[in-house]
Amino acid sequence: ISTLILAEHDGGAIKSQSISAVEAAKSVDKQTSISLLLAGSGPSLQQAAAHAASCHPSISQVLVADSDKFTHPLAETWARLVQLVQQKGGYSHIITASNSFGKNILPRAAALLDVSPITDVIAISSSNQFVRPIYAGNALCTVRYSGNNPCMLSVRSTSFAVSMDSKSNEAPISQVDLSTFNEDSVGKSRYINHTAQVTERPDLGNAQVVITGGRALKSAENFKMIEKLAEKLGAAVGATRAAVDAGFVPNDLQVGQTGKIVAPKLYMAFGVSGAIQHLAGIRDSKVIVAVNKDADAPIFQVADYGLVGDLFEVIPELLEKLPEKK
Amino acid sequence: MKIMVAIKRVVDYAVKIRVKSDKSGVETLNVKMSMNPFCEIALEEALRIKQSGLASEVVAVSMGPSQCVDTLRTGLAMGADRGIHVESTAALYPLTVAKLLKALVDVEKPGVIILGKQAIDDDCNQTGQMVAGLLGWPQGTFASKVLLDTEKQVATVEREVDDGLETLCLDLPAVITTDLRLNQPRYATLPNIMKAKSKVIKKYTPQELNVEVKSDIEIVEVTEPPKRKAGVIISSVDELIDKLRNEAHVI
Repeated sequence: ISTLILAEHDGGAIKSQSISAVEAAKSVDKQTSISLLLAGSGPSLQQAAAHAASCHPSISQVLVADSDKFTHPLAETWARLVQLVQQKGGYSHIITASNSFGKNILPRAAALLDVSPITDVIAISSSNQFVRPIYAGNALCTVRYSGNNPCMLSVRSTSFAVSMDSKSNEAPISQVDLSTFNEDSVGKSRYINHTAQVTERPDLGNAQVVITGGRALKSAENFKMIEKLAEKLGAAVGATRAAVDAGFVPNDLQVGQTGKIVAPKLYMAFGVSGAIQHLAGIRDSKVIVAVNKDADAPIFQVADYGLVGDLFEVIPELLEKLPEKK
Repeated sequence: MKIMVAIKRVVDYAVKIRVKSDKSGVETLNVKMSMNPFCEIALEEALRIKQSGLASEVVAVSMGPSQCVDTLRTGLAMGADRGIHVESTAALYPLTVAKLLKALVDVEKPGVIILGKQAIDDDCNQTGQMVAGLLGWPQGTFASKVLLDTEKQVATVEREVDDGLETLCLDLPAVITTDLRLNQPRYATLPNIMKAKSKVIKKYTPQELNVEVKSDIEIVEVTEPPKRKAGVIISSVDELIDKLRNEAHVI
């Protein structure tokens, strides 16, 4: 068994979701040799490669594809790259994170390799048997892969926590030989730009505490209360689809079946009714707190602590009484 | 230019699903079925492109058992010009669906394929990327805005990514998959529902399209997720802070 990890990097470092994919590879097989594939160009790629080499003790080598073609992680070039690296390496498993990077690239690469990928894996029972949620997490499906190699997975990073003692020796870094790279798809899609909210708050997918607001916040102005509370608790801010659709916050804060999946220690929902699509994204939280005026809101059925009350009174009181987070 | 839209018949989004007692799957007998919401958005986008004069025809495709015709009729009532039904009683996984779509592209020669980013039953989020890969076409997944320029033969697609929005420019022909905020799908009006009855739905079998229905994955079992333990209702903010601090130890 040998595993190829399709890794994502930003600002010269490997993204934490990609390191979770390494943890998933270890659950496939403890003895597996793990190769991490990185693509990009320039100094930030070299920096990321150096980080990759020492970010996890189970990584046995780092493969680097350095070319202007890979400056932006486009699915067209990445899928061809995966095909090339697989032809040379003959890996038994190819794993990536189930985020917008992995979701975009993995199925395309799988089609080129004539493989059915298994997306959104939350548990690994054996080297060819995996559990994934279906119907917004209202059912769990165990799937067996019976095809020829490679078995291709995307994994939810919230289900594969990275162990803290992840210091390691330097894994060797080698360059991918791109002389036989299939150029057919190069240039057919072009990166134009990327707009992101700049925030000091922790990343929604990895935060220990998440504070979420729903439609009941009524306006973007009121939603700032949620942000204030999040600041106080060192938390990430999330939102329901209704709050995003109403324009209170940008789309990347949406939590749920089609948005972000979170699994914090503490999840606090204010004015969230608890649609099944939203609950799908918070199911693995350790402690769920719900504050809602409506005592019959479905969110109370999954909340560890429910408080029936007006969030416009509860949040200010919490802001006053909660200790400052250092 | 012709636009092809793939639509899937799924358990209605509002239905609370039940796992079958023999763990073979989810109960779909006597359950309300509808068009996958993301596919509705895909079809709506195609119809708007046609209304703006940039496309000549919208062809809706559905695959699966005979009841898929109902879903296609809904699509025709929304405004699609024609339907194609690939009939199969066997389970169709995304790789097979992508191969069937590719075969239909060879027949229909559309300039754009629009699909929902995922179906709300299996939540796979694969088919669009796979058909794009098989065709060698560029892909714009999770689109929240689509601008077509038929003169330059490009599509500018704004995509919802983890940390914001990304904009790509794709050469046509291309594959686009839709996210939630691309548009608000229309309802079919009664006159259009009547008109849809006389629109053509062409039938194919996978054999006629030279695609073998097989799969390299099998469903071992489908189970209920573990239930969360029922919580408690508390009465004040002070009690909440106390519980979080001294019982749950999370603050």
